[in-house]
Amino acid sequence: MPQILVEDLSKTYRVAERDPGALGAVKGLFHRRWRTVEALKNVSFTLERGELVGLIGPNGAGKSTTIKILSGILRPSGGRCEIDGLVPWRERVRHVARIGVVFGQRTQLWWDLPVIEGFDLLRDIYRVPDDRYRRTRDELVALLRLGPLLDQPVRQLSLGQRMRCEIVAAMLHEPTILFLDEPTIGLDAPSKLAVRGFVERLNRERGVSVILTTHDMHDIEALAQRVIVIGNGTILADSPFEILRAGVLAERRVVVDFAGEAPALDWPGVSVRRREGRTLELAIDPAIVTAPDLIGRLAADHAVEDIHVERPLIEEVIARLYDLHGATEA
Amino acid sequence: MFHALRLYRHYAAASIRAQAQYPASLAMLTFGQFLGALTEFIAIWALFARFGRIQGWRFGEVAIFYGVVNVAFAVADAITRGFDIFGPEFVKTGAFDRLLLRPRATAFQLLGHELRLTRIGRLIQGIIVFCIGVASTPLHWDLGSAALIAWALAGGTALFSGLLVLQATLAFWTVESLEIANILTYGGVQAGEYPLGVYAAWFRDLLIFVVPIGCVAYFPVVALLGRHDPLGAPDWFLPVSPVLGLVFLAVSLWVWGFGVRRYASSGS
Amino acid sequence: MSPALGPYLAVFAARFQLVLQYRAAAMAGFATQCWWGALKIMIYAAFFAGASGPQPISFAHTVTYTWLGQGFLAFLPWNADPEISEMVRSGAVAYERLRPVDTYAWWFARAMAWSVARVAPRAALMFVLAALILPVVGLGPWSLHLPASPGAAMLFAVSMAGVALVSAAMTVLLDIVVAATLTDRGANILASAFVNVFSGAIIPLALFPQWMIPGLRLSPFAGLVDTPFRIWFGELAGAPALGAIALQLFWALALAGLGWLWLGRTMNRLQVQGG
Repeated sequence: MPQILVEDLSKTYRVAERDPGALGAVKGLFHRRWRTVEALKNVSFTLERGELVGLIGPNGAGKSTTIKILSGILRPSGGRCEIDGLVPWRERVRHVARIGVVFGQRTQLWWDLPVIEGFDLLRDIYRVPDDRYRRTRDELVALLRLGPLLDQPVRQLSLGQRMRCEIVAAMLHEPTILFLDEPTIGLDAPSKLAVRGFVERLNRERGVSVILTTHDMHDIEALAQRVIVIGNGTILADSPFEILRAGVLAERRVVVDFAGEAPALDWPGVSVRRREGRTLELAIDPAIVTAPDLIGRLAADHAVEDIHVERPLIEEVIARLYDLHGATEA
Repeated sequence: MFHALRLYRHYAAASIRAQAQYPASLAMLTFGQFLGALTEFIAIWALFARFGRIQGWRFGEVAIFYGVVNVAFAVADAITRGFDIFGPEFVKTGAFDRLLLRPRATAFQLLGHELRLTRIGRLIQGIIVFCIGVASTPLHWDLGSAALIAWALAGGTALFSGLLVLQATLAFWTVESLEIANILTYGGVQAGEYPLGVYAAWFRDLLIFVVPIGCVAYFPVVALLGRHDPLGAPDWFLPVSPVLGLVFLAVSLWVWGFGVRRYASSGS
Repeated sequence: MSPALGPYLAVFAARFQLVLQYRAAAMAGFATQCWWGALKIMIYAAFFAGASGPQPISFAHTVTYTWLGQGFLAFLPWNADPEISEMVRSGAVAYERLRPVDTYAWWFARAMAWSVARVAPRAALMFVLAALILPVVGLGPWSLHLPASPGAAMLFAVSMAGVALVSAAMTVLLDIVVAATLTDRGANILASAFVNVFSGAIIPLALFPQWMIPGLRLSPFAGLVDTPFRIWFGELAGAPALGAIALQLFWALALAGLGWLWLGRTMNRLQVQGG
């Protein structure tokens, strides 16, 4: 029995429209026009306990809508959803007691209160027994090294520090599912690594299921075993990340530095991206010729000084994926 | 229930600590509240200085009405800040989502959002005026009269809290302007300061049966003064009437739940 | 359009249009003010009914005064301009100096647009309701009576222009306090209390104790409410009316001059400090 079950989920909104300019402003005083927006169309997927899934898609694709429905704060227009046997929006209080949610751009902690006091308040809100609370809190604080921050008011923390506190706050009541909405946005490199490391640990050691929404593809690369791609309100892809990558943009990039002038090359499966002095930048289709093959043949015929093989940037893979499905930003 | 009280105490303590970090601001705002409430009283004072009486009621008696209404409103205003700023601070910003993500009733969380200390300004002003009124009226104080005043205040606080809950509920539909709700809160305070006989019949009925402001100040104080209502309300009703304030609050919370459902359907 | 006035007229128009958009606010504001007007009038009626003789202002005039007050309520400078408060909060106020305009005139134009845009729809609606509809449904004594004479109406219009100027000057002064103290708390608190009492917005100045009235009438606040309304029902006519209008303009200029000087100093200080 999957932990999260989503079937044919749909959501439509009505949005008010107004003509621009002064005339439109006056008209708007008397008459309103409405436009329907289909945010989600028959979205279906399941999640087993302990999975870590990345939810990606262009802006306006329906990611936030999906997260809101799963967390129980939004009612869908149609379809079915069950999490741990509960329907999120119908049994809100019971459901939210079991989940943790982190929004990257907003903090749930109290701005003027020291971090530790915010944690204490959350303990009372979630009705966590005192001894369990202290144990959990101390463990999490140690893991994310929040010790020196605990007495500071939240408003004095840097973004990275705040996000680490945010994640601990979301886990104080030991939820079995964690929703992360852009958790690394705006963070510096060390903080990003800390957050990623922590999430990965939560998932691996404690079996917390995680749904991660992000635009940072390195988050995905580091964490997500499985990726669900949403575009225009529908699911475009749902598979392990590597398979996705291979399916969309399998090419490899090879940069070769020659001892002499870079040669002209016209081999099947190989396209020259750039040729400058002694350097050749090639894109190869691994189905036709693999990188080792190419390197072998090149080295046999020419004096090669240096070789560099890489995969296309993840951003390119994703952008290509959006493109293929006509799902660029709504 | 007990757990809820404990949580409220925690909310209140946290809120007070947060506000205490800005003592100068707190003092200034409290003074401003006091001043603002005072300007209303200046109007009443000037009118009585010129006219002497209103429908036979004297300045001291009206001062008691005034005191009761203002104290009740000050308390309600202090505890319902979460509802007061609900539109711009919670709906518009999406911060309400966070409340929905906590395993507690949203109304309760908003109640705990802030205990606005600055409202002490109006509270003090109300108490002073009340004392002035009592000093200038022949009144016999005993446990019963104290209980009656406390009961009236309870009903009044419930009523004004209910009005603020309703005002916040409006924000689910339009975040633009909720100025109209001031009619009921500040307008209600002003209406409650005068004896009901001043108003046209339809308005009086409104103040008794729809938004029962008359029931949480005028009627109980009339009973306190040992008088009869010149408009014929039965004597037994006078001390009981504050209960309507509590009923009003219950209705408001029901409407609130309705609004929350709507928010969850439209996604704000 | 003179190129010199161009930017100021432009910002006026832009703000005006923006404020007009808030239709729910306009409707809500209007409904609120109808209510307040009705409430006050009922209370006045009860007081006047028990009055033991003629008063410095008649009941009919008090009713008119009240309705006019509600219609033109948005002219009362209760708060600093919210846009400027926001700028101060976000630290962006120093950017105002990047514009090739006189900052005082800029803020003045914005304040004017803000108040006029809020007043216009409400005053119009209030007039329709209180002056036209009420008499028709038989509530004549409770309605807004028309101006005492065409001359009075004209003088009233001039006086209202004076109100707009005084109001804008006061609003900009509040803006400067906010910019200088870096918070809108102090300004907004004291402003509304003083403005309401001393302008005659709470009760007509004529109903204050006799000994207070002459002093009250000299203050800049009196020019916001008391002066124009008395012109409307003819209590102020001819030379005294012109004198009162002159007093309004004097205060507008004095407050503007004070504001202009003070703003210059405040902005210089901000530039030195880094804004």
